[in-house]
Amino acid sequence: MNTGALLSLRGVGVRFGDVDVLSGVDLDIRPGEIHGLIGENGAGKSTLGKVIGGYYRATSGAISVDGRHQDRWDTPTALENGVAIMHQELQLVPALSVAQNVYLGLEENWFGLLRRSERSRLEMLMEDSGLRLDPDAPAASLTIAEQQKVEVLRALAREARVIVMDEPTAALSKTEVDQLHRIMRRLRSEGRSVVYVTHFLNDILEVTDKVTVLRNGELVKTGETADESKQSLVSAMLGGVKSETLYPPKPRDFGDVLLSVRDLKSPNGSNVERLDIRAGEIVGFAGLMGAGRTEIARAITGADPSTGTVEVAGKPLTERSIRAATEEGLVMVPEDRRGQGLVMTLPVRANISLPHLARFSRAGIVDKKGEWALAERLIDRFSVRPAIVDGDVSNYSGGNQQKVLIGKWLAGNPKVLILDEPSRGVDVGAREAIHAEIARLAREGVAILVISSEIDEVLGLATRVFLVDDGRLVDEIDPDEIGEAEVLAALFSHQGFKDSVA
Amino acid sequence: MTRAKMAKFLQTYAVLILIVILMGVLSFASDSFLTTRNLLNILNQNAPLAIMASAMTLVIIAGGFDLSVGAIFAIGSVVSAWLAVNVNPYLGLLLAPFVGLALGYANGLAITLLRVHSFLATIATALIFKGIAIALSDGRLISARIEGFTWLGRERFLGVFNAVWLMAIFALVLSFALTRTTFGRQVLSVGGNEEAAILSGIRTKRVKIATFAIAGFAAGLASIITTSRVALGQASAGEGMELQAIAAVILGGTSIYGGQGAVWRSVAGVFLLALVSNGFNILSLDPFLRDLTTGIIILAAVGISAMGQRR
Repeated sequence: MNTGALLSLRGVGVRFGDVDVLSGVDLDIRPGEIHGLIGENGAGKSTLGKVIGGYYRATSGAISVDGRHQDRWDTPTALENGVAIMHQELQLVPALSVAQNVYLGLEENWFGLLRRSERSRLEMLMEDSGLRLDPDAPAASLTIAEQQKVEVLRALAREARVIVMDEPTAALSKTEVDQLHRIMRRLRSEGRSVVYVTHFLNDILEVTDKVTVLRNGELVKTGETADESKQSLVSAMLGGVKSETLYPPKPRDFGDVLLSVRDLKSPNGSNVERLDIRAGEIVGFAGLMGAGRTEIARAITGADPSTGTVEVAGKPLTERSIRAATEEGLVMVPEDRRGQGLVMTLPVRANISLPHLARFSRAGIVDKKGEWALAERLIDRFSVRPAIVDGDVSNYSGGNQQKVLIGKWLAGNPKVLILDEPSRGVDVGAREAIHAEIARLAREGVAILVISSEIDEVLGLATRVFLVDDGRLVDEIDPDEIGEAEVLAALFSHQGFKDSVA
Repeated sequence: MTRAKMAKFLQTYAVLILIVILMGVLSFASDSFLTTRNLLNILNQNAPLAIMASAMTLVIIAGGFDLSVGAIFAIGSVVSAWLAVNVNPYLGLLLAPFVGLALGYANGLAITLLRVHSFLATIATALIFKGIAIALSDGRLISARIEGFTWLGRERFLGVFNAVWLMAIFALVLSFALTRTTFGRQVLSVGGNEEAAILSGIRTKRVKIATFAIAGFAAGLASIITTSRVALGQASAGEGMELQAIAAVILGGTSIYGGQGAVWRSVAGVFLLALVSNGFNILSLDPFLRDLTTGIIILAAVGISAMGQRR
């Protein structure tokens, strides 16, 4: 059992609600190795990183350190055992200095009275580690790369032997990434280990010793990085066999252009020269995390300000607001159903009618009968379970919440429907129901735009797919001709192009 | 599930259960409690606070707090009494609620334009309003013993005090607005999930401003009842009423995190607090124990509210 590993995971699984995001993962982290975790969006790599750092509790499986089984693996226990995690969203106290942040919770004190020795201790630590920062600079003034250094120093101050870095390079420039890689190598030379969670293949190949590939929450393989190539990793991430989800037949009977976007530019970085979607057509957006897919959708619907023209059924939207777009029949189902979609304190009925209150009221008084009938119709159409009109939506499963969310936006019989991650975090049954409904809407003549991190889903639903990178539509592909592996390779090559420019 | 339902039930009906228990105990302990006269008096005395608590319910459901209603009450008192003495008593009664509405609207604007939390903004505006009230009255009491002014707070209609009628009508209107109108739905959604409300095309800022304007109007309305009853306008009127109103709202189980609540329960919260006071008076108990008891009841209510929130 003891394989010389510092940290061992056996059969680790994590369940959120009724969805398994991670199952049966075995992993060994040895001293002095940089271990990459890679996978598609939603493959579970970030979740696994958080489990190692004690931030998420595993719902099944065992974790042991130096061969000793750990009953309770949470952040304090992880730290006691020398395992620290550097979150994607960095956790510094902005008003405190670098030194104070590094030694937060470890201050030398005399009966609670601070000895104010953080600065000199940090000088020593920086001497040892070779990481340089101004100890007195307030954390709020640091760049993201500098904040990451603080996090690394913080881990070192706690004598961490394993540091989990969760997507640390997302906001870094090329030089900063190189610098971070140097820090990782240095940590390795001191006998410490780094768990490097990222979706950048090049970074994995460049710096890691071992790489573990995840797919759909399961471990595909762990191997020496030296034996891997871009090709071998991509095919492992996707799997040899196509996933078993069956998609409904694609509608191919198109009508007039219902959504027409020209020269759309927004401060959040979208830049779309031209996008047309016809009645009955399903168009897909594929892109990596942070490629700006959602931002384009938000700019189109008026959730974010933008310049350029958006026409719905030949009629330009003069006032760019959600309200105006909804009135013209252009609606968006947002990606985050808890944060942006549903009001958890309101029942199903009130959630469904929320964007359509003007239609379901007279003189400001809500027409309860009409509202009730509408909710009943949509619950029936999507087979929402439990089928209670006034049900407490906060207790529903992810799949049923998602059905309510989509139903909410269909209540107004939209002409153009944008779906952002329509099946994120839902079970297979709900996923198929949602896909069937999308195809049915298209057959009824709705113009549909599907945005999804799962390339498979975009290819399975859409008849035309755009590759999105940096807020632009960089390529158009025919989903019936091109496979998932080619799309992913193309996305990575666009991303590579951006890297070399930067 | 059953625990969640239990918590929900407690959150909804705890205040009613407590009122029933307290009324039972007081009827048993004293003969003078369960009389029409005593009960009507309790209603009459607490009508202004109940009006303010009703409006505060909307503010809190929309995710805000209004600490300035006590100061608006003071301005209402000074303005109505001054107008009654110097211009026309009826004009004083009519205008003060609308002065409150304007001040509440100003609160709403300050909060949405400056993007500060309503807690902070209304602490500041409360001081400003208080200062205005002192300046207007020149720090003096304004005596308004005029028939055309005092009828509102002192007389009855169909055997019941005018104040009680006003309170009932106002609470019913707000309750209807919250449960049956699009405005009410918007208030609930803004407090429940502001981002979802924005993405549903709701003008969330307008909704918030409206709740503060209503709270201001309510403070003005409450103020004319009290001022007309005591026939005295003063800048020190309404002190501490904002906290009493908030306490009553929380006692009624409205979530301080916003998104859920009911007007009738806040009114019930006011009367629960009133019954505690009344009981102490009737039984001639130590007034120190009264504050202690009130505090414990409020703390228990907050605990129950937090229980319902934990999901």
